[in-house]
Amino acid sequence: MIPALGLVAGLVIGLLLHPDVPLWLQPYLPIAVVAALDAVFGAVRAVMDGIFNDRVFVISFLSNVVVAALIVFLGDQLGVGSQLSTGVVVVLGLRIFSNMAAIRRHLFHA
Amino acid sequence: MPEPSEMSTDEPDTTGGQPTDEGAGRSGWSRLLRMGRPRATRANLFATLLAVLLGFAMVTQVHEHRTSGLENLSQGDLIALLDGVNQQSLHLDQERAKLTRTRDSLKTSSGDKAAISAAQERKNVLGILAGTLPAKGPGIAITVSDPDRVVQPANLLDAVEELRDAGAEAIQIAGVRVVADTWFGVDDDNTMLVDGQPIQPPYIILAIGSPHTMSTAMAIPGGVIDSLKQLGAHPSVASLKTVNIDALRAPKKPRYAQSDGSAS
Repeated sequence: MIPALGLVAGLVIGLLLHPDVPLWLQPYLPIAVVAALDAVFGAVRAVMDGIFNDRVFVISFLSNVVVAALIVFLGDQLGVGSQLSTGVVVVLGLRIFSNMAAIRRHLFHA
Repeated sequence: MPEPSEMSTDEPDTTGGQPTDEGAGRSGWSRLLRMGRPRATRANLFATLLAVLLGFAMVTQVHEHRTSGLENLSQGDLIALLDGVNQQSLHLDQERAKLTRTRDSLKTSSGDKAAISAAQERKNVLGILAGTLPAKGPGIAITVSDPDRVVQPANLLDAVEELRDAGAEAIQIAGVRVVADTWFGVDDDNTMLVDGQPIQPPYIILAIGSPHTMSTAMAIPGGVIDSLKQLGAHPSVASLKTVNIDALRAPKKPRYAQSDGSAS
């Protein structure tokens, strides 16, 4: 409950403040957000499955974000930046979808 | 295959939904509710912090994406964009060159210029004939002093006809321009009328044309000057190098005569 409220609070703060993203952060922010979303959905699914663990959630959240940023950075250095980030986004999207499917089955049995 | 990272056991994602009831008959909703209850653990606090960060980052990224244009694009995207813009610029240049050529050809087309100058010429000629434009050129001036007022309208008409026969191109009598429909008459006081305007002697008739031809025509025996002399009007003719005919005639639209439409 409280983390959900926290999410809403973060949204509100962001709407109010309208900060500028620093230049060095700009390429990584979108992918980091998607990776974090994937972690969140995974957490909800784990709750459904009865295996949720706070610690695991936090660690997986952070590691998802770091790995996603690392992959973007590596791709830019190697010169396959756009392809690699496309691949990462695709995979994250896949995971989100499958987690959502599991949640849906738990909730609505459909 | 990627797996949901929160599970403490390694299990692939693709197995899809797990059996919801684990002996205690808990459904997804109840689990969700249970989890949703506020708990004061450090991990929960951390999770809250992360959620705040996530919300913040999401909104910031959306705002950034909306307000920034080209800054966030990758190199490949920028190159593609540049190519598109260059193509468009090339097309616009070609179109501009084509339109400029068309405009120039329309402006300087010689056919039109000739037509315009021809129309201008005709306008001048017709203006002189109709009396709407002043004229000047060599000609003669006939002065009829007529002290006894013996000159009749017929005499003036004779003079005009004779002058025309001699090739006069513009005629003016006592400040009234003589044109195709000019008429001569007298009013009740025996005052000479030209086009309805009363004129007083001495009458000065100005005519532009060949001075020699016109003065010769005036001087033929039994002609205009002779007749006027016999009447006692005391005419005199002077050839002039420049005759200024300034009297103008307002153009009158014919009420009965219609053009039959054939162009000349």
